[in-house]
Amino acid sequence: MRSKPVQLAIAGVLFVGVGVLVAVFTLALALLGEPDDNVTALTAGKLVIALFALLTLITTLGISLVWLERKQLGRMQGRVGPTRVGPFGLLQVVADGIKLLMKEDVSPSSSSKAIFYVAPLLVFVPSFVVWLTIPLSEDLVVRSLDLGVFFFIAVSVLSIVGLILAGWSSNSKYAILGGFRSAAQLVSYEIPLILGVLSVVMVADSMRFTDVVNAQATVPYIALLPLAFVVFFISGLAEVGRTPFDIYFAESEVVGGPFVEYSGAHWAIFFLAEYVNTFVVAALGALLFLGGWVWPFGDLGQVPSVAIFLGKTYFLAVVIFWVRATLPRLRIDQLMNVGWRLLIPLGFASVILIAVQRFYGWPTWTLTLMSLAALVVAAWVQMRMQRKDAVATAQRYAQRAVEVQPSRRRPGPESQQA
Amino acid sequence: MTAEQTYDTVDMMLNMGPQHPATHGVFRMVLTIDGERVVDVTPHIGYLHRGSEKLAENESYGQVVTLFDRLDYVANLNNELIFCRAAERLMGIEPPERGQYIRVILAELNRLASHLLFIGTYAIDLGAMTPIMYGFRERERIQNMFESVTGARMMHNFIRIGGVKEDVPADFVPRVRALLDDVERGVHECDRLLTFNEVFLARTRGVGVIDVPTALSCGLTGPSLRASGMAYDVRKDYPYEVYPYLSYKVPVGENGDCWDRYYMRVLECYESLSMVRQCLDQMEEGPVMAQMRRIARPPKGEVYVHGENPRGDIGVFLVSDGTDKPYRVKVRPPSFCNLVSLRPMMRDAYIADAVAILGSLDIVLGEVDR
Repeated sequence: MRSKPVQLAIAGVLFVGVGVLVAVFTLALALLGEPDDNVTALTAGKLVIALFALLTLITTLGISLVWLERKQLGRMQGRVGPTRVGPFGLLQVVADGIKLLMKEDVSPSSSSKAIFYVAPLLVFVPSFVVWLTIPLSEDLVVRSLDLGVFFFIAVSVLSIVGLILAGWSSNSKYAILGGFRSAAQLVSYEIPLILGVLSVVMVADSMRFTDVVNAQATVPYIALLPLAFVVFFISGLAEVGRTPFDIYFAESEVVGGPFVEYSGAHWAIFFLAEYVNTFVVAALGALLFLGGWVWPFGDLGQVPSVAIFLGKTYFLAVVIFWVRATLPRLRIDQLMNVGWRLLIPLGFASVILIAVQRFYGWPTWTLTLMSLAALVVAAWVQMRMQRKDAVATAQRYAQRAVEVQPSRRRPGPESQQA
Repeated sequence: MTAEQTYDTVDMMLNMGPQHPATHGVFRMVLTIDGERVVDVTPHIGYLHRGSEKLAENESYGQVVTLFDRLDYVANLNNELIFCRAAERLMGIEPPERGQYIRVILAELNRLASHLLFIGTYAIDLGAMTPIMYGFRERERIQNMFESVTGARMMHNFIRIGGVKEDVPADFVPRVRALLDDVERGVHECDRLLTFNEVFLARTRGVGVIDVPTALSCGLTGPSLRASGMAYDVRKDYPYEVYPYLSYKVPVGENGDCWDRYYMRVLECYESLSMVRQCLDQMEEGPVMAQMRRIARPPKGEVYVHGENPRGDIGVFLVSDGTDKPYRVKVRPPSFCNLVSLRPMMRDAYIADAVAILGSLDIVLGEVDR
């Protein structure tokens, strides 16, 4: 084992490495310059460099979540998580990645080979393409689109196709079940997700991420739109298949769902895409509801603003993993119930509340009040459904238990003396 | 239904097991499914068949105890106890009181360990990752205690015909008391984390319901039967060992769904804790092994003895032909009999429910297949 200072030094180097990646990405963007209609070899080359920098950065951030999740789950479950490879197990993910790449890439003999091998890419590509328009700070974005939010929604839906194809082409019953589940789940949860995002867009009056963030300079939208945030966050969990909604690859039911037949590098791509998607949802939550890189105490410049944004993103990721450590998994019909009967009405309620507020020009704090009221009512109705009855039942069982009294007395020490 | 169905659908066969994370070993369930709905279920067993009952006919009575260790391998001491009681009944010997107390303490601790394992694995079946870590942590404490008493963590061979192998270590009583406090905290932790969790309730309440007549006709026993509302507990109805000296409660449910089956086990954990405490209070110094011949040679005859295992009513039918080896050993394993009720419970279930229902029966394949 290496000594503590050396370990800390390596961890520091890794941490600085992420910073270097961000810097490289910034430089690549500067190199890229403004969009140009004349596509030459030079602009194409610049674009490739910028995209490569982005890919590296996003991959690094994505796999950092794997480490974070394993460490955090370990702590929450009375374990320590990975400790062996690198300082604090930081390099465990790298070791696992190398292992996966070296593994034999097996495919079922009866699978449709072409689709089977294309499907991971169809899941992987959208999760990276959305980063083209997600800003890490005011200027640190590949292309700040006017319809950035719309672009994100349009592209992120594409990964469903990959999941269905993966399930279908594997020619395995568990995979096809998982594929169908993913189709049902992702399509239904896309709607509340959009409604949550739409609420933000209505208040911010823009679909450009930078505008949405700058509109939160004084008050982050989570304070203004708690209802929209809850709808967004829950459906975001469902979108990336995080624990209460990890139904389509449920380990104990469909043993990995669409991924069950994949191994080696192709499985690694799915795995990476899953964590990058988690990072996307956390980043989007940070941008749309927590104020992105905005700090309430004035402008701090480029470097701190990226750090603030990443800090908020990691905070939301920690919440996602916390949920994972706490909750069991819903059943498919319950998942649909939550989506269609709870989240979609709540999402529409949020949109309508904002529309009313905007139409009559009420002050913005009324939004918080109305939104909170709707949230409390929904939470109360939901809690009442199961929990109250179960607690009453448990109390009844405690009273109903048949008491058994000692039927014969063991001769105690006194009786032996007597 | 106005639209005429113009296409035919066929049900899909889904082979769950023998290698599947939710079947708790090598159990195979062939599910006939219509979409996500389970239409029919056919359990297939026998993947872990070792012929324990036949093997027992070629071992001396003392050696058969080791075979019983390997039936229900998460409740070894309860199994040892049932065979030793059968042999003792046949030979007409009564173990000394301290021996009986030690047996009951160990059996109840093992029941705790088994139930903790159930809580953990059941949570895993339903997709919650954390309770199994808590459950295993507490089970580990109990197994460390077993190791200090019996020398082994699982296959103890400690309960012998006529008593127990040897007396417990000198600091046994204070250490078990400390252990009980720790375990109680752990059980409470799992209980708080899982029992009233909204998602857990949604997944288990009203799922896999079975009523008492059906349960009885299927031969369901143990916590699963009590969850349906029948207060049948061998410790209560046919007391053995030092159970008559103890005061305890037998928790009884009323709905017979998965949640009730889970909750009965949680409540039983608390009862077992209290039973062990009472035993520690009452236990006195004395011999732990009855005076008997070195090699057990029961007289010709047959006997049926049953007792309460963590999973239900375990029974042993023992036939002796007067030699030092049993003529026939027949076990009534609770897991095997409980498995019969799988099909009635699966009515109107989803695939996810199939996992929840199988998990709530808490089967151990070593016992099902023998």
